[in-house]
Amino acid sequence: MEVVAGYKHYEQLNQEIKQHFEHCKNIVLQNVMGQRYIGDGLQGKGKITIYGTPGNDLAAYMNGPEIEIYGNGQDALGNTMNAGTVTVHGHAGDTVGYAMRGGEIFIQGNAGYRVGIHMKAYKQHKPVIVIGGKAGDFLGEYMAGGILMLLGLGLEEKEEIVGKYCATGMHGGVIYIRGEVDDCQLGKEVKSMPLEEEDKQIIDRYVKRYCDYFKQDFKAVMQTPFIKIIAYNKRPYKNLYTAN
Amino acid sequence: MSLNFNVPEFMVERNEDRCIQCEVCVRQCANEVHTYDEEDNKVYADETNCVNCHRCVLMCPTRALSIKKHSLEFRENANWTASAMNEIYKQAQTGGILLSGMGNPKPYPIYWDRMLLNASQVTNPSIDPLREPMETKVILGRKPEKVTFDEDGNMTTKMPPQIELSTPILFSAMSFGSISKNAHASLARAARETGTLYNTGEGGLNKEFYEFGKNTIVQVASGRFGVHKEYLNAGAAIEIKIGQGAKPGIGGHLPGEKVGEEVSATRMIPEGSDAISPAPHHDIYSIEDLRQLIYSLKEATDYKKPVFVKIAAVHNAPAIASGIARAGADVIVMDGYRGGTGAAPTRVRDNVGIPIELALAAVDQRLREEGIRNEVSLLVAGSVRNSADVVKAVALGADAVYIGSAAVIAMGCHMCQKCYTGKCNWGIATQREDLVKRLNPEIVSTRLANLIRAWTHEIKEMLGGMGINAIDSLRGNRLMLRGIGLSEKELEILGINHAGE
Repeated sequence: MEVVAGYKHYEQLNQEIKQHFEHCKNIVLQNVMGQRYIGDGLQGKGKITIYGTPGNDLAAYMNGPEIEIYGNGQDALGNTMNAGTVTVHGHAGDTVGYAMRGGEIFIQGNAGYRVGIHMKAYKQHKPVIVIGGKAGDFLGEYMAGGILMLLGLGLEEKEEIVGKYCATGMHGGVIYIRGEVDDCQLGKEVKSMPLEEEDKQIIDRYVKRYCDYFKQDFKAVMQTPFIKIIAYNKRPYKNLYTAN
Repeated sequence: MSLNFNVPEFMVERNEDRCIQCEVCVRQCANEVHTYDEEDNKVYADETNCVNCHRCVLMCPTRALSIKKHSLEFRENANWTASAMNEIYKQAQTGGILLSGMGNPKPYPIYWDRMLLNASQVTNPSIDPLREPMETKVILGRKPEKVTFDEDGNMTTKMPPQIELSTPILFSAMSFGSISKNAHASLARAARETGTLYNTGEGGLNKEFYEFGKNTIVQVASGRFGVHKEYLNAGAAIEIKIGQGAKPGIGGHLPGEKVGEEVSATRMIPEGSDAISPAPHHDIYSIEDLRQLIYSLKEATDYKKPVFVKIAAVHNAPAIASGIARAGADVIVMDGYRGGTGAAPTRVRDNVGIPIELALAAVDQRLREEGIRNEVSLLVAGSVRNSADVVKAVALGADAVYIGSAAVIAMGCHMCQKCYTGKCNWGIATQREDLVKRLNPEIVSTRLANLIRAWTHEIKEMLGGMGINAIDSLRGNRLMLRGIGLSEKELEILGINHAGE
């Protein structure tokens, strides 16, 4: 099923998508021009392929479907997402995967500021964000669970893979970064650790998926070692208060 | 460890002639104040931990107990009061941020008590609500700018979703986690029984309570705990919590100790982990961003649920409220500085925010000046203590009010302000199974429903006295209010005349 988005208002477009999705599990959106909220609250199995540039809050509260974007993603992609997969053949904006509880987001290029803020895991839900390029400030701020992976592919010399205040307030989950990160870029609640066997398996699995999606050479990507960032303490604010 | 300088705040007085050593007090006190000594066959008290919650006093079968303010005095000093000194002792001992429960207890002016209501005499006769119909129904929701009809007279305007309440009183947000499951169950049942709404707070919604959906507001806060598609669709409305009156501008931490199996399941976070709500929503840094969240929620619920936006009443409330209305919210909620909470830093609770009466008057005025007051509903909270406060709020311009502290008091709260300890002897602000069991939802929901009915009846009496037969006719009708002992400036902000004028 093909839908041409064109100049349609997002409310109309999303209504059409929801109606089609009830009986058609493979929808292609052509000429998407910044329409917001595509796939919001969409449940169940099925795939939406997007050509063009979808707007903010794509796949917010989404619970199951797969969305593939041939273009750039904007801000708040995967906001509070519960399950499903989003792949972006391009870059993505700020606050990608905010409070995401489950599902996977693969971004071929770079992502903006505050990516993966307050990601959290719960039982079988374990959110994953893989970013091919670099990310801005506050990556993984308040992160409470899940996996954030930063590959730093295609960076120019001296270009930073991540901005400042990475993982500030982090109290759960793990961030893997391919290459080096200066300690001064990290929040004071976290530490950089060597990889364990389990970490290597996770990295292998998701880098392979990334390389499959975006036609990259797995071996070449894996030549640069990864570091792992985790929280010192799952209860960073435990001793902050005194009873009055 | 240095010497602890803190002395008990209260004294337990036991009438030994009446005490029968039954040990009820020993079993009832979660703070372990009372102990039984077998050798002496006597019950003793160590009042260091007493919070004056009255549980032992009310449970004592022989009325042997009384709690008094401790007689120990510091040398009289109007500046260095006992509480000012005790707080310093606590902080010098621990280095921690002072934490308090419930709302701001400081002696700031209470404007409700500085306003008086009108009544009809001779002309425009008063109405007796016992004999004549009196409408307290309120419809919350965004109203269209204008209504259009086709040639056949059918309305062509698409109506935004509306919620009908039988009374202008709702139960405000209290999360499962901050309060117990039985307390939540009581609020849900009472809301259904009285035709109003209760609010989940930011802790998600227990599956058992989905059946109360029509009477539920589901909240979305910065931590997004328990927020998913089903949850968003479970209630009658969605509330975006930006802030709350007890702690404007700051986030919240539900300590891991309170995240047991059930709280973990509704919040959808691992057991024992801290639930941290960041101070801002990190996807909202502007009115445009707020609009984005409002509409993402509307999209996810097919435009069937009104979206409320709740802010704390702060200095710039009118401009912010205008932005919220323009961002597409259906209902604006404002929480004044007296608003309660399970836990807030004492300094924030006692010093940040403004009185809801002034904020409400200023916001209603601003929205009317901008010609958009009719587009949104306005809900206020932050210490509405009785039905007269409700009537005054409506006359100042509110569509309805939220009650939180009044509701927990109806449930048995005695304002000991120790909610954050998790040892609530009344089974309200606790997750300890033995304490939660003390609150019977069947009995307590009746108490809550009684309160709503009593207030609604009183509202009718006051309306009737003013010669008004519908709450809608009172809304923003500030001629029904007169100030008492207020300055020119205060009267100007409230938009009312002084008594006698």
